[in-house]
Amino acid sequence: MALDRPGNLLTLLLAALVAVLFAASLMTGPAHFGAEIVAKALFSDQGVASIIVRDVRLPRTLLAVLIGATFGISGAALQGLLRNPLAEPSLFGAPQAAAATAAGLMAFGLVSPVSLAVPFGGIAGALISVGALVAIAGRRASLTMTLLAGLALASFAGAAIALVLNLAPNPYIALEIAFWLLGSLRDRSMIHVWIAAPFMIASWIVLAANARAFRALTLGEDAAASLGIHVGRVRIRVVIGVALGVGAAVSVAGAISFVGLIAPHLVRRFYGSDPARTLLPSALAGAALLLAADIIVRLVPGPLEIKIGVVTALIGVPFFLAMIFRERQVLEEAA
Amino acid sequence: MKPDLAPRLHAENLAVRRGARTIVTDASLILNAGELTVLAGPNGAGKTTLARAMAGLIPSQGSVSLDGTTLTAMSARARARTLAYLPQGHEFHWPMSVEHIVALGREPHADPFSQVTSEDRAAILDAMDATSTDTLATRIVTTLSGGERARVALARALATQASVLIADEPIASLDERHQLIVMELLRDIAHRGAAVLAIIHDLTLAARFADRVVLMDEGRIIANDAPAAALTPERIAQVFKISVHRIESPDGPLLIPSRAL
Repeated sequence: MALDRPGNLLTLLLAALVAVLFAASLMTGPAHFGAEIVAKALFSDQGVASIIVRDVRLPRTLLAVLIGATFGISGAALQGLLRNPLAEPSLFGAPQAAAATAAGLMAFGLVSPVSLAVPFGGIAGALISVGALVAIAGRRASLTMTLLAGLALASFAGAAIALVLNLAPNPYIALEIAFWLLGSLRDRSMIHVWIAAPFMIASWIVLAANARAFRALTLGEDAAASLGIHVGRVRIRVVIGVALGVGAAVSVAGAISFVGLIAPHLVRRFYGSDPARTLLPSALAGAALLLAADIIVRLVPGPLEIKIGVVTALIGVPFFLAMIFRERQVLEEAA
Repeated sequence: MKPDLAPRLHAENLAVRRGARTIVTDASLILNAGELTVLAGPNGAGKTTLARAMAGLIPSQGSVSLDGTTLTAMSARARARTLAYLPQGHEFHWPMSVEHIVALGREPHADPFSQVTSEDRAAILDAMDATSTDTLATRIVTTLSGGERARVALARALATQASVLIADEPIASLDERHQLIVMELLRDIAHRGAAVLAIIHDLTLAARFADRVVLMDEGRIIANDAPAAALTPERIAQVFKISVHRIESPDGPLLIPSRAL
């Protein structure tokens, strides 16, 4: 008996990849700066170069890391709780619900876009969405119930967004919201980072605290409870953790989908499918994915930058279909 | 039966309701150290509900105490170290290896950052050896047959090395050889000092291996006695609505169902 814990090398490689992509992101943009200039501009005052690197590129790079990691760990945690590789916050409309709430607050001029009320609004929206999903999916968390409840909630969030657009006081605000819903890291400042980062980091801590519970839950809720896990408390912590992270991420970057589906799926098999050990690598893979996507949108030539949420959705949907195809035997049994 | 039977798990006047329906009514049952108690009864008799309530997994009226302490007053982890529970159905949601699944039985003993200790290793190896799952150690649990999964699930429950074990249908999907092996194993664990409760449908195996047989019907405990006294043809007819042929054999009575009443 080996009881190997494979994958530690991969975790280091993923961390190194995030570091490399972080540097590449600081070097990517219309102004061509080499590594040396970027390093100097970051750590000392180099005039225009410093303004570009510190005020333009650093915020979007930090947000890509924070948001990617948040979606990665949120997906892995929700999948651990619901014991279902297809569980992903955006499939259940959590980002849309967060967006609807945050957009509603902004559209009607209730709050300024850079106030703390926006992430709180987003978190409240995500809390309702994720809480309703976990409540409806119930103790047995059957695949069919989870997906159907998620479909209903996603549709409802879509309707809420439509309502906000419908009632928006003027067309410019509606257009602004529409663009924001596409998800973007462009033109974000360090203020956005400071607003969202505490909530996202809190969400990582809340979710990671359940790692061992996720592992025990592979045996089902009764067996996990018999092993001393408070399943009810775990459920509440996951709902709060996912809502904190997704709500805060959406309130500064708009709706970005599918990172929480793709990141855990890419790394899971290298960690023996252990849901406890998948959390950290999922966060790293999520950060790497979003950094890469944000570099790609800046490299694609054209008059308008493609929104990062569009890129993740374009990659994510075929990926999701491929996963359904791979899991079709399980899905057919569940139905 | 041995004279030094110490009561371990004690359910008194237990009642479980789900909505307006009463699933278990006024059930009192003591699991003693050194005894294998078999719980039997027709489908829907409330066996699983009674077992789950006695394991502290669902709320119930009345009281359940473990070594004199009320279950609800114990921390979940302290309870989990002493009382292991094997649910029926054997769920495995992620394609993890058998040894990592069995290692989950050590969860109640682990402190937050600890690695696998030598004690954990010994318990895991013992549990896999006893259930002949040691040859499956590195296999992926979701690719195993139903009977193999059942044995892995049992190994997981055994790995805790709890002194009270409640097993819901541990032999339901096993071939006959493994049914005998597992029944012998459960009896051995009990005779080495544990209190064991197993829900079993096979009355012949119950008669042969149990120290005590508890019969349930419509949520109530109908009999709680030595196998020979509990499993009389009259009792079986009353509880299971079947007639049986009772044939004496060197291994004990064979109870062969003949027809539904």
